[in-house]
Amino acid sequence: MTQSPTLSRRSASSAPAQLRKSKQRGADARAGYTFLLPWLLGFIALTVGPMISSLYLSFTNYNLFEPPKWIGLDNYTSLFQDERFLQSVGVTVSYVVFGTPLKLAAALAVAMLLNSKRRGQGFYRSAFYAPSLIGASVSIAIVWKAMFGDSGPVDQGLSFFGINLGGWVGNPAMTMPMFILLTVWQFGAPMVIFLAGLKQIPNDLYEAASMDGAGPVRKFFNITWPMLSPVIFFNLLMETIHAFQIFASAYIISNGDGGPAGSTLFYTLYLYLRGFSDFRMGYASAMAWLLVIVVGIITLIFFRTSKSWVHYSGDAK
Amino acid sequence: MTTMATPTQSAPDEQVSHYNPKSESAGAKRAKSTLFHIVALGLTAVVLYPGLWMIASSFKPNSEIGGSNTSLWSNNFSFDNFVTAMEGIGGVSTLQFFTNSLILAIGAVVGTILSASVSAYAFARIKFPGRSIFFGMMIATLLLPFHVVIIPQYIVFQQLGLVDTYVPLLIGKFLAADAFFVFLMVQFMRNLPAELDEAARIDGAGHVRIFTSIMLPLMKPALISTSIFSFIWSWNDFLGPLLYLNTPEKYPLPLALRLFVDQTQSSDYGAMIAMSVLALLPVLIFFLVFQRYIVEGVSTQGLKG
Repeated sequence: MTQSPTLSRRSASSAPAQLRKSKQRGADARAGYTFLLPWLLGFIALTVGPMISSLYLSFTNYNLFEPPKWIGLDNYTSLFQDERFLQSVGVTVSYVVFGTPLKLAAALAVAMLLNSKRRGQGFYRSAFYAPSLIGASVSIAIVWKAMFGDSGPVDQGLSFFGINLGGWVGNPAMTMPMFILLTVWQFGAPMVIFLAGLKQIPNDLYEAASMDGAGPVRKFFNITWPMLSPVIFFNLLMETIHAFQIFASAYIISNGDGGPAGSTLFYTLYLYLRGFSDFRMGYASAMAWLLVIVVGIITLIFFRTSKSWVHYSGDAK
Repeated sequence: MTTMATPTQSAPDEQVSHYNPKSESAGAKRAKSTLFHIVALGLTAVVLYPGLWMIASSFKPNSEIGGSNTSLWSNNFSFDNFVTAMEGIGGVSTLQFFTNSLILAIGAVVGTILSASVSAYAFARIKFPGRSIFFGMMIATLLLPFHVVIIPQYIVFQQLGLVDTYVPLLIGKFLAADAFFVFLMVQFMRNLPAELDEAARIDGAGHVRIFTSIMLPLMKPALISTSIFSFIWSWNDFLGPLLYLNTPEKYPLPLALRLFVDQTQSSDYGAMIAMSVLALLPVLIFFLVFQRYIVEGVSTQGLKG
């Protein structure tokens, strides 16, 4: 950035100019770190430092009041004998595995519906996006709980069709579908991103395919999907990582205990309960590190497998 | 999955139907458009129902919310629930909770704007050793589950006697801990022409001058979307205040709502929902006013809701 044409022409070969250049480089280095300081401080004090100390704590017994006691891998081994822990893994995994693909499928379907030059597109886009902005709030958790409660509107609506499930909130078999609906309801954010991606696909491709007699299904799999794959990849990665971290809705809907029958004991809720109501900080740290490792592995798998199905424009293939 | 990338290939002798969208009859076009609006409006109704139900319920007497009422209409609309909701909980008025939420949200916006823009300038416009490594690390923190740092952070803040203050909730904002905003601003600044700083440099301007008088004014769109989103995220944040705040006088709205739920537990449903509406009101107003910025921000920068 320092080598503007005028500057380099003027300073091409003279020794003082060389000196000036290296001086400039030193000044840039100083300026760079000065400007970076806020982030750098935060990175060290709020991310790297805490990560290292939570790794250490995960090998200890620590209750905030007595000094940590080294216990080696005990926290990790006892996690796998802890039924509540295993349950929280099950709850979270089924939420991620069912909720995320459903949400993204809804997002993609609606984005394709809206991807045309029709009146009202802006209105629909905003209306569908709105839930993403408020979906994770305490207010919506309260509303969800009321809507899916005994004789709430959902129960009433289903009864009208002869389906009598009772309240979903108190029924361990129905809490997961309720949470999945809550996340699918927030399909708007990935939808808006899909829509931006769809607009980038040149229309000629579809016209050429039509000429060749391709139907909508073939057009979807041969044009839309590969052309959109970088955006699909981005949404899939972000939504998956995000889904692992659901907290406020789980806390509010279950009154902070993961009930009924542990069916809403999401991973982060259990981590919170272990750390901040049982004060088993070492145990909770082990859980936190396990989450980091799992999310890291999933990210890695996503990136590895992406080579076979994500196509960036300008790729040879 | 593997054949997906191959372009459509049709045998040369295949019958080619010359599809031309323009040749569709006007009637078919209108039918298609009507169908589109029917589907889209139906979907809008489903998506907006929870919000409308919430607003309608907040005006209904308790007896009509839980029992047998899917409809959004009532003959007994009143502001009673809001009157009860404004009284607050635990001896603290709802106005106080609002003020607390506002202090936290404004603090978050100011901190994020200052720290993220300065740090982003370093990443985007200054060449210094280690830049790409740090940039990679910043991206990595985007994917890092935040829960891995909360326990040690809590321990440190507890030892510093800062629990039950706003410091733990705001310090991260002033240290650009929301990497998303740094990333957003870096992307934005990289798209500004490099000639701008070069010209300024020839005129003898240093980085401080270039940043304050060239970059900042040009970054307005990025600063606006950052402000909007950091305000809304702070306004909705629950885990942070739950961890650090103990006295109700300091609670922001989400914690106050939890207190309300705990203490009234289904006895005053209407007031609970009215308070939920009040808590969402600023976010909804923000959305209506800044709709364009918000939706554009999401589509161009991949911002989450």
